[in-house]
Amino acid sequence: MSDFVSEFWNIYVIVITAASVFACIALLYVQSKATFTPGKTMGHVWDETLEEYNNPMPMWWSWLFLITVVFTVVYFVLYPGLGNMKGLLGWTSAGAHKAEVEKMDAAVKPLFDKYMAMDVKAVAGDKQAMEMGKRLYLTYCMQCHGADARGAKGFPNLTDSDWLYGGEPEQIKETLNNGRMGVMPPHAQLGADSVKDLANYVRSLSGLPNDSVRSAKGKETFAAVGCSGCHGADAKGMHALGAPNLTDKIWLYGSSEATITETINGGRQNKMPAWKEFLGDAKIHLLTGYVYSVSQGAK
Amino acid sequence: MLKHEQIEKSVGLLIVLTLLVVSVGGLLEIVPLFYQKSTTTPVEGTKPYSAVRLAGRDIYTREGCYLCHSQMIRPFRAETERYGHYSVAGEFVYDHPFQWGSKRTGPDLHRVGGRYSDEWQRAHLMNPRDVVPESNMPAFAFLAETKAKDSVGVDIVAKMELMRSYANVRGIPTYTDEEIKGAQAAIGDMTEMDVLIAYLQGMGTALSTMKQ
Repeated sequence: MSDFVSEFWNIYVIVITAASVFACIALLYVQSKATFTPGKTMGHVWDETLEEYNNPMPMWWSWLFLITVVFTVVYFVLYPGLGNMKGLLGWTSAGAHKAEVEKMDAAVKPLFDKYMAMDVKAVAGDKQAMEMGKRLYLTYCMQCHGADARGAKGFPNLTDSDWLYGGEPEQIKETLNNGRMGVMPPHAQLGADSVKDLANYVRSLSGLPNDSVRSAKGKETFAAVGCSGCHGADAKGMHALGAPNLTDKIWLYGSSEATITETINGGRQNKMPAWKEFLGDAKIHLLTGYVYSVSQGAK
Repeated sequence: MLKHEQIEKSVGLLIVLTLLVVSVGGLLEIVPLFYQKSTTTPVEGTKPYSAVRLAGRDIYTREGCYLCHSQMIRPFRAETERYGHYSVAGEFVYDHPFQWGSKRTGPDLHRVGGRYSDEWQRAHLMNPRDVVPESNMPAFAFLAETKAKDSVGVDIVAKMELMRSYANVRGIPTYTDEEIKGAQAAIGDMTEMDVLIAYLQGMGTALSTMKQ
């Protein structure tokens, strides 16, 4: 089916293009038949001695011009461009892209197949697989987790052994495939005083300086308002919900009382996008291996 | 037969013939594009920019994002591997004007929608180096200080009506009266940064494999 809304535009393009090509040929023909008198000027003189002659076109120029005309005709026969004509080669930019992708996919398939057959821990120990994994990581993951995989405020460090959703290969793969949506609800409704108690209690959990009276009250609030529902009664977190361990020294947003207060008041939302469709199984498998390997370095 | 000398000596004729020759390229390469289905029909999933995203798009234009970021993924493997599906003409039917750009100091943004979380976009706009230490993008923290309704949102109704008139000329789906009436309310108290992030998160999602 034609891409033009009406047949008129097809004819329009063909007629103007053909007319332009014929006009070029006609011009060349007329020029080649014209007679010239060598040395005769056109009667114009500038700057005292600068005269305009009427000489024939240089042959090399005429030939180059003719070659461009021939090129045009050959091009329109082989490639799309003249109205709706598709050209004998059937070339399309989408087809060229597809061929390029398929060629590369076929070339790398044996490599990916080899690693798909290995389990993630074995992939993590393979030097070449990790070079590939690192390339993938630097293309798709470093924007959030950093080129060194150490993360940033709000974006987890992958090189430590602390995990929001678990650090076993299956859990890492699940995170990569389907993404994660971590939600801590806001708790400003508890009132500034209770929030301050809670913040002090949270700081006490990892041995940071705190007000002991407030943290004692915070401990009760922690259980009473349901913080333990996600972070656990022992505040060691819960992988199923992505609730962080509050008793270690690793902080996603910061450990100052002001930051913890901000977290409790406003809550936090932390989204990891789902890469399953974009990257496909083979790349996810290598990336899982890479993430697993960088986390093992910590041990 | 018309002689070279005659053309040379008649200014009016020279102008007419010159215009004719230089217009051939435009007549052939630009005019037919207005009458091609692939350039005038929205790709499935492409919708008119909502009031919020239209306001965000104005921030994008105002801040000159297009000077460093393109919105045009070319059909080469090297680009589609990194960014996703190559751009197609039918995705840009609601873009007036296009933000295709021609220079990539930063990455292409056409499929940035859904690629990062809103929080990442916010942290990155506040100070790009907080999340990408190697970045040389300027910080846009000041966008969080102005309400969109006081800047790009002021004449949002007029803008949407203009966009609707463009769409009506081409006979493609466009805003309802209710959407235009609710434009100010939709923007509400959002900051310039909020509406910009909304625009970014909607970009290129019609053909994207990054699902929101």
